[in-house]
Amino acid sequence: MKPAPFDYAAPASLEAALALKAKHGDDAKFLAGGQSLIPAMNFRLVQAHLLVDLNGLADLDYVRRADDGRLRLGAMVRQRRLERDSAIAGHSPLIHETMPFVAHPQIRNRGTLGGCLAHADPAAELPVIAVALGARFKTQSTRGERWIAAEDFFRGMFNTDLTPEEMLVEVELPRLPPRTGTAFVEFARRRGDYALLGVAAVVTLDEKGVCQQARLVYLNAGDGPVNAKEAAGILRGEKPSAAVIEAASAKAAQAEIAPLGNVHASPEYQRHLARVLGRRVLRQAFDRAGSQGK
Amino acid sequence: MHDISLTVNGQSYERRVESRLLLSDFLRHELGLSGTHVGCEHGVCGACTILFDGQPIRSCLTFAVQANGHSLATVEGLAKSQSELHPLQEAFWEAHGLQCGFCTAGILMTLVPFLQENPDPSENEIREAISGNLCRCTGYQHIVDAVKLAAEKMK
Ligand SMILES: Cc1cc2nc3c(=O)[nH]c(=O)nc-3n(C[C@H](O)[C@H](O)[C@H](O)COP(=O)(O)OP(=O)(O)OC[C@H]3O[C@@H](n4cnc5c(N)ncnc54)[C@H](O)[C@@H]3O)c2cc1C
Ligand code: FES
Ligand code: FES
Repeated sequence: MKPAPFDYAAPASLEAALALKAKHGDDAKFLAGGQSLIPAMNFRLVQAHLLVDLNGLADLDYVRRADDGRLRLGAMVRQRRLERDSAIAGHSPLIHETMPFVAHPQIRNRGTLGGCLAHADPAAELPVIAVALGARFKTQSTRGERWIAAEDFFRGMFNTDLTPEEMLVEVELPRLPPRTGTAFVEFARRRGDYALLGVAAVVTLDEKGVCQQARLVYLNAGDGPVNAKEAAGILRGEKPSAAVIEAASAKAAQAEIAPLGNVHASPEYQRHLARVLGRRVLRQAFDRAGSQGK
Repeated sequence: MHDISLTVNGQSYERRVESRLLLSDFLRHELGLSGTHVGCEHGVCGACTILFDGQPIRSCLTFAVQANGHSLATVEGLAKSQSELHPLQEAFWEAHGLQCGFCTAGILMTLVPFLQENPDPSENEIREAISGNLCRCTGYQHIVDAVKLAAEKMK
């Protein structure tokens, strides 16, 4: 199938791109990697009057480490770079660990960080990772810029807090405290497919091995990333024994996620996966946090 | 309409294209390079894989206008001449790495840069490398054998 006709602009600067979006609003769409937008246009699920191609904006493709230890990533950083860049892997090993689960190498060569976040697919990995790591997003429009916490950015199925004239321009990742462990696991029918369910964990231990902070965030378990806060509450203040880990993942699986089911998995099966994968991801994250203390 | 200029397999082209023309259709219908196949047009099958500035991408998920100023490579550029195949093509032939051949161009274009980066790949690495390419005929085993053979030949 072929896309319906549209106009195409390849602005040479961020300002020019924002001006086009301010003028055309929802009638215009940014074209980043095109790896979600073009299939949707080929199916005619999406029709745009104007595509504003961001691929010429080299100044949105950067990885910078700030003096305070935060990492700043431009929206046009390709997913392949997220997978392979040693500065990203050193700062946030969770990203390096998760990227091979995102589509296929040929798609990651085009797909971008900003595009994946703005697309807000509940089954996508990067939104979940951003929430788990406590990232902040910078948006820009002709009216100025603003910052949004990853948690507040995702507003349901394919929906975000972005206004029609805004572009997502930067992702800022905090430096994780000492004795923090991270992990990601998912279950998919085939390599590179969207997962039936997945979960990321970020946990921090104190010197005595007691859990101080925990985040457990699920994909394909609701209409966006599902941050299981009650499960995190069960972990906080406890040593991560098998019983505590089981209680937390059972809580998330039974009471916090809201899986929608699909042709490959019933909601009951997704809840089963959430419980098993939750256990696995927590064990791994706590092991990693513990081995850092030594 | 947009005027674009690009190189494909080292040869320069200038064409006028509609914005909505997919790169896969541009290669096949405008340039007559029909070695690049089209299976699904939504990124799943990998038949349309080509090199864009040296990196494998889906040509069905890129517009022709986006190739302006870029350098592409397609399966037509692999063989040195009519009589001399690329060692990877030769290995596919010898090890029965294809049956109907529909998936082959996309798999070759995925594997050329892969073998440059990994001259001595393990079986797992090979399977991972072609995980984004569907083949409905071979069951993949002969493809894996062909890649191992190609790696030997290219040493
Ligand atoms: C076969 C296949 C398998 C896939 N499997 C997975 C998978 O397992 N997991 C996964 O997470 N993804 C998967 N994807 C999707 C892939 O990761 C996409 O690259 C990603 O979802 C979108 O990123 P993009 O840069 O290609 O964005 P585009 O497709 O260009 O854009 C997506 C949307 O975001 C908007 N947008 C883009 N950039 C910005 C910006 N900076 N500011 C504001 N709006 C913007 C666009 O207007 C559009 O609406 C798959 C895709 C395919 C084709
Ligand atoms: S035709 Fe492009 S991936 Fe199937
Ligand atoms: S040889 Fe027929 S699809 Fe691969």
